Amino acid sequence: MIYREVGDFKTTYRADGQTFPIWFDRIRYYVVLLIAFCVVPFIINDYWLNAVLLPFLIYAIAAIGLNILTGYCGQVSLGTGGFMAVGAYSCYKLMTGFPDLNIMFCVLLSGVITALVGMLFGLPSLRIKGFYLAVATLAAQFFLVWLFNKVAWFYNYSASGQITAPERTIFGYRITGAETSAPVTYLFCLVLVVILAIVARNLTRGHLGRSWMAIRDMDIAAEIIGVNPLKAKLTAFGISSFYIGVAGALLFAVYLGAVEVGEVFGIQKSFLVLFMIIIGGLGSIFGSFAGAAFMVLLPVLLKNVLVGTLGWPTDIATHLEFAIVGALIIVFLILEPHGLAQLWRIIKEKLRLWPFPH
Amino acid sequence: MPAEFWYGVEVLLNGLMAGVMYSLVALGFVLIFKASGIFNYAQGVMALFAAQTLVGIQTGQIPFAHIINVVLGTDVHHFGWHVPALLGLVLALVVMIVFAILVEKLVLKHLVNQEPIILFMATIGLAYFMEGFGELMWGADVKRIEIGLPQGGNAWVEENTAFLGGEDFYGFYLDTLDIVATLIAVALVTSLVLFSQYTKTGRALRAVADDHQAALSVGISLRTIWVIVWSIAGFVALVAGVMWGAKSGVQFSLSLIALKALPVLMLGGFTSIPGAIIGGLIIGVGEKMFEFLIGAPFLGGATENWFAYMLALIFLIFRPQGLFGEKIIERV
Repeated sequence: MIYREVGDFKTTYRADGQTFPIWFDRIRYYVVLLIAFCVVPFIINDYWLNAVLLPFLIYAIAAIGLNILTGYCGQVSLGTGGFMAVGAYSCYKLMTGFPDLNIMFCVLLSGVITALVGMLFGLPSLRIKGFYLAVATLAAQFFLVWLFNKVAWFYNYSASGQITAPERTIFGYRITGAETSAPVTYLFCLVLVVILAIVARNLTRGHLGRSWMAIRDMDIAAEIIGVNPLKAKLTAFGISSFYIGVAGALLFAVYLGAVEVGEVFGIQKSFLVLFMIIIGGLGSIFGSFAGAAFMVLLPVLLKNVLVGTLGWPTDIATHLEFAIVGALIIVFLILEPHGLAQLWRIIKEKLRLWPFPH
Repeated sequence: MPAEFWYGVEVLLNGLMAGVMYSLVALGFVLIFKASGIFNYAQGVMALFAAQTLVGIQTGQIPFAHIINVVLGTDVHHFGWHVPALLGLVLALVVMIVFAILVEKLVLKHLVNQEPIILFMATIGLAYFMEGFGELMWGADVKRIEIGLPQGGNAWVEENTAFLGGEDFYGFYLDTLDIVATLIAVALVTSLVLFSQYTKTGRALRAVADDHQAALSVGISLRTIWVIVWSIAGFVALVAGVMWGAKSGVQFSLSLIALKALPVLMLGGFTSIPGAIIGGLIIGVGEKMFEFLIGAPFLGGATENWFAYMLALIFLIFRPQGLFGEKIIERV
């Protein structure tokens, strides 16, 4: 009834090419933004921020990044943890090296640095494909973590080998360091997430995104019709790493505050983000959000039910969580290889016909 | 010859032994990849699960004791019997075969004709599931394997090589366990090769590896073959799990040897059994020698974590299909 293209005449090319051509989608999008910006900051508390919202926002950025590379360009990467570490450590070096630099620029610049590193490790993708490439990205993962562990310059020769975020402010509000207030850090991350998501969405709709998808679907055919694989693959690696680097910087500076590289940015993190995009949906920006939300909420939910309600020990809950996550991945791949995003698409198809399906 | 040289040789020998261990894991990957085109990430966790199961059966642990205790409020953990090593091994093998059947029934059957990358991700899911399931079933504590494998350095080798290096040299220090592992690996590979060359099932396996559709058309059941292959991979995982478990205890980190086997596969090629062996040896020797010559003196050590991957990465740039892999031909 309300979800129809029919009767919604577009009179300009601009209107015809907009992201959400159906007005219901547009309204829904603005309502979500309105709630996220104007309602949530007033009702948020520290528990919700730290347990759910901050990890969700930060992993959503990482998932969008990996989705650009894996979902849109078809290059499977297991190096996400390593690239997040690059983001975190460059953010730390920028924050301590240039104390006057605004934290926003620190975060974005660390994204740029990660993009450069990502393009460097993306170079082999021009020669090797598929599994071989996935394993090659593991080289990045292990090498980068080792590097940040061994070279003391990266953690400013601190005795513990940890990096700790110094205190930084924007407009007088504390963003990093101790005693930050929940609404401020939330809004800081939210602004970044919204901007980056809009950019990603438009990139994937444009020339660049189409060349990525052409490479994904069949690289040789894409080459024949004039897509430059060097450009497409390296931009995918670069832009994807930019997002992942920003996520790493936020994870370190805003969310955790102090980081030990092997613990936080290990191979498990690479798999976590990969699971997010599988469950959410490969090749979908909405899917990145859905997957991130799912993977962040599931442990919280399980923990609340098993430990909080049933009173089981935490280690059993953790093992059960592993088993459930693994089983869910398999179930998703069998039932819906395109993830939560596909379910959403199916719902929309049904809505178009509702309430008269014939 | 100066003592340094002989220390170098000792590192080389140890590298070869480590390489054999890597090959053992890599072998399981190659078997499954050849027969079903699936890159089985869960191979490492299978090794962990097999070792856990073996220890659990041997010491008479009650499966899921933790959960039972929590849910029912009881306090059970052991049946109170002790199973002999050989019987324990057989029972663990039976568990792995049951596991193979379940994997085929519940997972693979539903994923036929999916893209390889989807199958790969499914095995990652499988790895996660087994990791959680194994620890729920047998507990997460570090266990010791006791099936009578020798431990410690080999005195005989040490005594009989001491004369080589003069005053400062005390002979090669080699783990007896590593030597045993090498012998077992050789026996395993030989029997696998014989099996695939001279038995009917072996031929069927090779036929499936060669061409799925042609194999189907001459009446080979793909699903049976898959169960057999996963069972054999389970057996290899059991051997690898026992060896690695005896070396460093049965614990979570055992599953990470799968990651170590990946560069081995890249070097040797995913489709070649000799490739897995030689790749393993190259990686084992390479990382030990690199650590000995360059890593420890100049780079602050622990280069073993990434050297194998870098070697494989650089190697792949020049030869994308690995040492022995079949040439990759792509058509539009």
